[in-house]
Formats: sequence, C-alpha cells, structure tokens
Amino acid sequence: MAGSGENLTTGEYIGHHLQNLTFGQHPDGSWGFAHSAAEAAAMGFWAVHVDTLFWALALGLIFFFLFRKVARAANSGVPTRFQSAIEAIVEFVDSSVRDSFHGTSKLIAPLALTLFVWIFFMNFMDLIPVDWLPWVASQAGISHQKVVPTTDVNATMGMAITVFFLIIIYSIRFKGVGGFLSELVMNPLNPKELGMPKLFWPFVMAFNFILELVSLLAKPVSLGLRLFGNLYAGELIFILIALIFTAGSAWFAAGLSSVFGDHIPAWFWIAASVAIMATLWLNLKDKISTKATLWLLLAEMLLVGGLAFLGGQLMHFGWAAFHLLVITLQAFIFMMLTIVYLSMASEHH
Amino acid sequence: MNINATLILQSIAMMIFVWFCMKFIWPPLLKAMDERREKIAEGLAASDMAEKELAKAKVEVDQQINQARDKAGEIVEQANQRHSQILEQAKEDATAERGKQVTAAEAEISQAANQAREQLRSSVASLAVLGASRILEKEVDADTHRELLDKLIAEI
Repeated sequence: MAGSGENLTTGEYIGHHLQNLTFGQHPDGSWGFAHSAAEAAAMGFWAVHVDTLFWALALGLIFFFLFRKVARAANSGVPTRFQSAIEAIVEFVDSSVRDSFHGTSKLIAPLALTLFVWIFFMNFMDLIPVDWLPWVASQAGISHQKVVPTTDVNATMGMAITVFFLIIIYSIRFKGVGGFLSELVMNPLNPKELGMPKLFWPFVMAFNFILELVSLLAKPVSLGLRLFGNLYAGELIFILIALIFTAGSAWFAAGLSSVFGDHIPAWFWIAASVAIMATLWLNLKDKISTKATLWLLLAEMLLVGGLAFLGGQLMHFGWAAFHLLVITLQAFIFMMLTIVYLSMASEHH
Repeated sequence: MNINATLILQSIAMMIFVWFCMKFIWPPLLKAMDERREKIAEGLAASDMAEKELAKAKVEVDQQINQARDKAGEIVEQANQRHSQILEQAKEDATAERGKQVTAAEAEISQAANQAREQLRSSVASLAVLGASRILEKEVDADTHRELLDKLIAEI
C-alpha cells in the first residue's frame, strides 16, 4: 500500500491515493512539494500537479511518436499491420469528423484525433493496478503519485477550456463578431420576428443572453466534468478493490507480519503479482501444462494471501474489463462532443 | 482536489499536441491513405477493362476459328469436285481407248477370217477337182468344168 512505510487506515489510504503531487509556494513563502492535502490547498491557484502534467506529457509524446513513426513511413504501397491499425483509427476519426462537421477546417480532424488517442491513453493508465506506479515513485522518494491525468479535474477542464476557446474562435470566424453576439442575444426569443415594440427589446435580449450564456458555458463544464467524473469514479473503485485485497487477507497478514513487521510492504504484493503473471506467461509459452499451471496458481494464491487475494484479483479483472469500455467510450464522447460543438459554432441555426 | 495552474499548463500542452498532429501526423497519413485509395481504384478499373478486352478478344478468336472452318470446308468441297472430275475424265478416256482397241481387233479378226476364207475357197476348188478326178478315175479337165466348179466354190 503506497509503500509509505507506516500503517495507514483505510481513510488515509484512499486519501493518499487521491492526492496529487503538488508543487507550489507554501504560505510561509518557500517553494516545494505539498506533503498533505491541506498544504496543497494552502498553495492556492499558483501551484501545479507535477504528476498529472508528467503523465499527460509522457502519454502525449507516446501518441506523437507512435503516430509520427507511421506517418513518416506511410506510403501508398502495401501497409504493415501496425500501419493498418493506426490508419484504422485515423479513418475512424476522419469519418466521425466528416459525418458531423460540414464546414472546411484543417484543424478539426487532427484535433479530434489528438483528443481521442491522447485521452484514451490517459484513461488507460487507470487499468494499471493502483499501487504499482505510486510504489515505484515512493521508492524514488516521491510521496504522492496520481498516474491517471484524467482523474485530475485540472487536466480535463484544461482541455475543455481549450475547446471552449475554439468554440468562440470558430463562432467569430464563421459568423463574425456581430453574428456571434446576435446569436447570444436574439435566441431563443427573437423580438424582431415576434414583432415586439422596440421598448421591450432590451429586456428580451437580456433574458436571451442569460439563457444563451448558460448554454454556452455549460458546454466546456459538462465536457470536462463528464470525463473527470467517470474516470474519478472508476479510479475510486479500483482503490476500493485494492483495499479488499489486503482487508480480505487480514487473517493471513498475521502470519506475514511475523516476517515483515506490522505492515506488509507493497513489493510483496508486486512480487506475488509478478509470480502469477510469470506462471500464466509460461503456460502461454507452452513451457508448463495447463493442469500444472492451475495447481501452481492455487499454491501461489494461498502463499501470498489466501483465496481473498484471488477474489480481489477477479474483482480487479472484472472491473478492469468493464472499465475498458468506459475509458474508450469517454475518449470517444469527448472527441465527438468537441466536433459537435465546433460544428454548431460554425453553422447558423 | 484543487483547481490550480495545472489547468493552464494542460491547456497549453493540448494546444501543442494538436499542433504537432496537424503539422506532422495528419497530412502525411491522409495523403498516403488517399493515394492508396486512388491506386486501388485504378487497379480495379484496369482489371475491369482487361476483363472486357479479354471477352472481346475471345469473340474475335471465335469468329476467326469459324471463318477458318468455313474456308477449310470449302477447300475440301472443291477437292472433292476436282476428284470426281478427274475420275470422270479418266473413265471417258478409258472407254474411248477400249472402243478403239476393240474396233482394231475386230478389223484384224475379220481380215484374218477373210484370208482364211479365201484360202479355203482356193483349196476347196482344188480339193473338189482332186476328189472328182479320183471318183471318175480320170482327169477332169479343169477348164471344161470351170463353170461347174466356180458354181461350187461360190456355194461354199
């Protein structure tokens, strides 16, 4: 459990997992990392979540180099399998854009591709067991680590705000400043078409403006919070499943604690997982028979924490399989809504 | 869960990645894909055309084969006619030759018969005289009985 070296209560464990690695200025004027949620909050706005940015950038670069590699080698000849896979994604994004966006824009298709793949990668970090990377980080002396950037509201809202600015830019580009403003104040009640006396126009326009402003602002907020909410909830469930691992094997922990002390270190769980993976891998490589594999797995399970551990593994697997749908769907929804918002911004209605 | 400057940095990171994608990823990939699509379309069109041409060539070949067959039939027909003509000619020739030979042989035969008859006639006269003289025991004067003898010879 996060390898902090001391016994954590369940609440502390969850809290620790939900705390970003925050860098900023302490109230006393010194710069540094926050060591608790309270310290992070005290840093105010001018602080950054180093872990969020690190993973977002790293995954963005993976996206960039992966696709760049294919793009460089791409030609009209027979494609390799990898190239076909990448091209299938590009084709999918391209057709989604063509279906929804009828204007001409060089930006919107690459934007959609970047958002889809990048968000998918960021979401995918959720499938890595919650303790692994934080444990590695803790061995390197980093106290907090949240590896899924999309479970940080700053990351999702940061992207949503960029989309929001693009909505405004597209509105002005396709309709002009006047067209954009008139859409804000002359909808949904158009005083001209309703034949109202000029005296009432300011009131109707003010009413329209309030309505339209809400619907305009709701776009980025819903865009960012939808992604954040889904991923945050998913992450939380993974954390709870991880808790069941240890809680369920508490009866066995007494035996282990005689070896390791009060707290069973995280590396023990990692070693156990690696042993199980190695067993499965050897079976897939036909090195050991399936029957031997099953006995070996059972023995390993009993050794590392009893059947509760197996239960935890199965739960983790089940939720991960389900979550695989969620992360793909959320990446797709973010991309699709961006396209739809921008096409709405570029069309008169 | 604090809102902080991460928001701005993430926004900037997104813009840069989108720019990367716009500049280095999207255009070459789309270009390659479009080119391949065109190539495939061209290939399909070419194969269609080749198929049509093949069908056309097949029809032409059939026509030529039929023509050749007709011509061969004609030639055989002509040969047959010529064959019967020659046969007919040969028959006629042979018939004429036979006729000629038969006539010649007949002429020869009748000549020989005439000769033999002449000889016989002359010998019959002398035989008759000889016979008569033996019967009469005296020589018959050939000249005295000429008339009688000539009558006898003419009767043979």
